Amino acid sequence: MRHLVSVLVQDNPGVLQRIAGLIARRGFNIESLAVGRTHQPGLSRISLVVSGDDAVLEQVEKQLNRLIEVIKVTDHAEPHVERELALVKVGIAGMEERLEVKDIAEAFRARIVDVARKSIIFELTGDSTKVNNFVEALRPYGLLEVMRTGAVGMSRGEQVLKVREKKAV
Amino acid sequence: MNGAAAILKALEMQGVDLIFGHPGGTIMPTYDALYDSPIRHVLVRHEQAGVHAATAYARASGRVGVCMATSGPGALNLVTGLQDALMDSTPVIALTGNVPQALIGTDAFQEADVVGITQPVTKHNIQVRNVNDIPRIIAEAFYIASTGRPGPVLIDFPKDVQQAEFTGTFDVEVDLPGYKPTFKGHPRQIERALEALQKAEKPILMVGGGAQNAAQEIMVFAEKSGIPVIPTLMGLGAFPGTHPQCLGMPGMHGSVAANRAIHHADTILAIGLRFDDRVTGKVSRFAPNAHTIIHVDIDPAEIGKLVKTAIPVVGDAKWVAAELAKGAKKLNISKWWGQLEDWKTKHPFAWKPKPHLQSQEVIQAFWEATRGKAIVTSGVGQHQMFAAQFYKFDAPRSWINSGGLGTMGVGLPFAIGAALARPGELVIDFDGDGSFQMTLQELATLKKLDLNVKIVILNNGFLGMVRQWQDLFHARRYSEVYLADSNPDFAKLAEAYGIKGITLTDKARLHETVKEVLAHPGPVLLEARVYHEEGVFPMIPSGGAAEDMIIENPRETVAGD
Repeated sequence: MRHLVSVLVQDNPGVLQRIAGLIARRGFNIESLAVGRTHQPGLSRISLVVSGDDAVLEQVEKQLNRLIEVIKVTDHAEPHVERELALVKVGIAGMEERLEVKDIAEAFRARIVDVARKSIIFELTGDSTKVNNFVEALRPYGLLEVMRTGAVGMSRGEQVLKVREKKAV
Repeated sequence: MNGAAAILKALEMQGVDLIFGHPGGTIMPTYDALYDSPIRHVLVRHEQAGVHAATAYARASGRVGVCMATSGPGALNLVTGLQDALMDSTPVIALTGNVPQALIGTDAFQEADVVGITQPVTKHNIQVRNVNDIPRIIAEAFYIASTGRPGPVLIDFPKDVQQAEFTGTFDVEVDLPGYKPTFKGHPRQIERALEALQKAEKPILMVGGGAQNAAQEIMVFAEKSGIPVIPTLMGLGAFPGTHPQCLGMPGMHGSVAANRAIHHADTILAIGLRFDDRVTGKVSRFAPNAHTIIHVDIDPAEIGKLVKTAIPVVGDAKWVAAELAKGAKKLNISKWWGQLEDWKTKHPFAWKPKPHLQSQEVIQAFWEATRGKAIVTSGVGQHQMFAAQFYKFDAPRSWINSGGLGTMGVGLPFAIGAALARPGELVIDFDGDGSFQMTLQELATLKKLDLNVKIVILNNGFLGMVRQWQDLFHARRYSEVYLADSNPDFAKLAEAYGIKGITLTDKARLHETVKEVLAHPGPVLLEARVYHEEGVFPMIPSGGAAEDMIIENPRETVAGD
């Protein structure tokens, strides 16, 4: 099963290496990893997509929690928003193809961000399935490049991932 | 004050009075500051020995062990010892020098990415980039190393940080938002554990290395409840080996009683252990009748990692054991005890008498002569298992070996660290001819310190444990395990370092030799030439389960001696 996990970390040097190393070392199957700053200085947020059963997920969370710089780990089992950004460059042979791929892009609400004589770059945001479907729809036309960011996510409603005072001794 | 002096001042404030280390170019400012510091420094002859000695210092004393090395090769020599400390949850602080920050990343002389390399082998590591951060980072490192599940922490100091002028404060607070270990176990879970034990017909208590600080509380709980106790290799001494409720250690070379008890138990209370594969064997066949496993551990990640836990208790072993002791009631398990006594009586750890000297009887003789009153260290191999089987450990922190990583060569540096941690106490290192030769240069350190360490090399002329596996599982094809044709004369080797050396070959002289070793003040190396093809039994073959236990040496049972 696929899980989206959010990790709030102190953004010290090397923290990403620590997380990536741990995931690799423990043999967890990771599909994507995305990282960026938060609105709070000193804190970054990482989104991980891992696949595995509940036991695997539990170990991923527990092992991540062991890292000193990891402040909080959440598995987004609850309703959540999930997005991925993709840039897709498609090769275009002629006018007819150009119209076709534009139709496809419109159906997916993708934006054109670059047009050249023999190629177009589309920008698409959506969950991973939508991005997959978009890429597959364009595949017959000749994909030149596909760049995806990996999924990021956030719980719906009031639930937030924040620095919580853990119960001290 | 420069950064180097600030490092030593901050260490002093953490109560450090001893550092094991080896100097080199990038750590020189700190060695210079050490010249004026009250902190004692022990010069080891190889950095690996320094981290091992610090590990044993921590394990024997319950305090934090500290070691120091220079950049690059010096720091890299710590890697094995750091992983060893990590696997056996030992609080160690490693201080390393590094090239000046301006040279980092340029492939400078003696440069290595020590923080990157040691990330997987430490509980935490950090490079200090601002001289004024030194006191805070050192305070945090000690807090991380010694609390929660203890472990090694490495702090890397670029040379320019050591040389820079310190203008900061030593009045620092530890504030780690991501690190707040749980100390007190959940009261409801503890209640549930006690209820489950009350209902059990065949309960057992397993205690591991994490229970070494909880020996008193475990004793109260065990005696109040009357539960059978199984200390693991790392838990030996956390419950007295000579206590009637002790079944001996479990696992690959564990006792018949312990392994059968685990196999038949319906309820297992496990305190401070991590269900290592050397304990469980094939995990899917481990404790097949145990419907209730209660796992007490301070590290939540250990719970449910390998075995399915019915009642998890996250908390400090000492605290939880005290709570369990408070609520303990006598268990009604006389029938169970009848079975256990039967296994205990029929299958004690034993060996068959032979005309040659045997490792087991040498260890037994030392146990009898010391009445168990010694700190025992060992290398890794057959001698380690024999020591675990035949030296009865009655006191916590009296058995220091490499359980998780199985690091050959730890025996002598462990003995040095333990002797310095507990001055005045006798330390015996049971070592193998193979294991000992991995760190024998530390005889120099031992000579200089003149510690009361007795090295007992059980020389069988082989890498004995590997030879045993080749014997049992590789059709006796003894590939690259023969040492006898090129071993040194160990007694002469000791004499070369100015240490008393004795060679024992004659079985009849065993007891007088043991007396001679113990009577000599200061270090002694005894080389006991033992039977060369002995095996460690019982044995559960790797990947097997309790039912697959080989109780006696099959070679001897079939072919005789």
